[in-house]
Amino acid sequence: MFTRQARQQRQQRERQADEQAMLACLPRLRRYARALTGAGEAADDLVQDTLERAWQKLDSWQRGSPMRPWLFSIMHNLHADARRRAPPTTVALEEYDDIGQAQAALDPGVLLDLETALQLLPPEQREVLLLVVLEEMRYEDVAATLGIPVGTVMSRLSRARERLRRLLQGPGETLPGSSLKVVK
Amino acid sequence: MKIPAISEEDLHAFADGQLSAERASEIAAWLEQDLNPASASAPAHADAAQQVRDWRWQKRALHAHFDPVLEEALPPRLAAAVLAGAAHEDRPRAPAANAARWWRMAAMLLLSMASGVGGWYLHDLSGDDVHQRGQAPLVLARQAAVAHTVFSADMRRPVEVGADQEQALVTWLSRRLGTSLRAPKLAPLGYDLIGGRLLPGQSGPVAQFMYQDAAGQRLTLYVSHEQAQNRDTGFRFAQEGRVNVFYWIDGQFGYALSGGIARSELSRIASSVYEQLTPVSPPTPAPAR
Repeated sequence: MFTRQARQQRQQRERQADEQAMLACLPRLRRYARALTGAGEAADDLVQDTLERAWQKLDSWQRGSPMRPWLFSIMHNLHADARRRAPPTTVALEEYDDIGQAQAALDPGVLLDLETALQLLPPEQREVLLLVVLEEMRYEDVAATLGIPVGTVMSRLSRARERLRRLLQGPGETLPGSSLKVVK
Repeated sequence: MKIPAISEEDLHAFADGQLSAERASEIAAWLEQDLNPASASAPAHADAAQQVRDWRWQKRALHAHFDPVLEEALPPRLAAAVLAGAAHEDRPRAPAANAARWWRMAAMLLLSMASGVGGWYLHDLSGDDVHQRGQAPLVLARQAAVAHTVFSADMRRPVEVGADQEQALVTWLSRRLGTSLRAPKLAPLGYDLIGGRLLPGQSGPVAQFMYQDAAGQRLTLYVSHEQAQNRDTGFRFAQEGRVNVFYWIDGQFGYALSGGIARSELSRIASSVYEQLTPVSPPTPAPAR
């Protein structure tokens, strides 16, 4: 009887710790979702789905390891699933080799704002960029979160940065440095 | 200076602060070499330096654009998603244990918000100097606002005992609080009692009555019987996000009426609550602001 009580108390303490850890991650999950999906309710929908999924598969989280990468990983999977179900327009734009052309087609002569430019990145590149730059995750953690090799993280990061730079700069303008080759 | 070959990957890692201090200083030195006119490879380094500057600019821009999200109030539905998930894990779940869990989460929300993690904090908008009068009443308002936010957003189980058992509800809550409680009648003001629940307060149980109007707008009355100060206060007003709270202390009782409705309407309802619970002259109204 006593041991059962002790076990229950331990489980309760663990549960409290889980809740607290999840709660501590919430603001950053929201920031990431907002940057990933653009403004609006869709971002919080994604966060909500992530929380619900996290509770469903709590067993897959190794207690004691940081919860944040695990939650981001769940969010990544949900977002990737959603993309597969309903490919957004940004996928089509990925076909544009010339970003200037893509931009000119959208709003000629006007520089894109940051949020629009971000949404014009292919989602795979956007994810990597945001996890590295906004979340300040280490490359190996980004790789683990997204389930891809570190080399792929680096190449996507490189392309994302270059693409974002060109989107924000507008067509025709190039700064020195754009000719640097992508490693890997 | 002999420097190992520098790849673009190194530059990314440099810009992202993911290098050892030693390697970072090597790269910093390499990037600055182009400032030296004697350096033959100045143009390439200038390109790399520009690239790093571009990336850092992007980083600043992204943080400037999205960091404000960190300071936003957490939407109740997300708090509820954490809570619902936690409750879901418990089987079987007794209502009381469930309430305790929800409340604990709410308390944690409050703590995390008070420390700035979630950006939640309660503004005391009453005319009183809170520090002079002590913090206890504001704590009451905070707890009430959080309890309101958490439970009024719960579509499945906003109350533990429904208004169809009003007498049983009042008797039960009275017994648990060790005093005689009443649920004020707000139907003339358009709000029907839908039920109530028992919550753990700071040093004992507190009661929450929930009301709803025809449009589904919910109000909660939070009643505490643990006000040790035993010092009456006038009506005070506080605001947490979209939740407005009127609260007052009456002897050992602390009351807080919370709702996402206009201050003037809430004030009218709070006056009615006060009159019903304390059939004497109403307290000093909050100074107009």
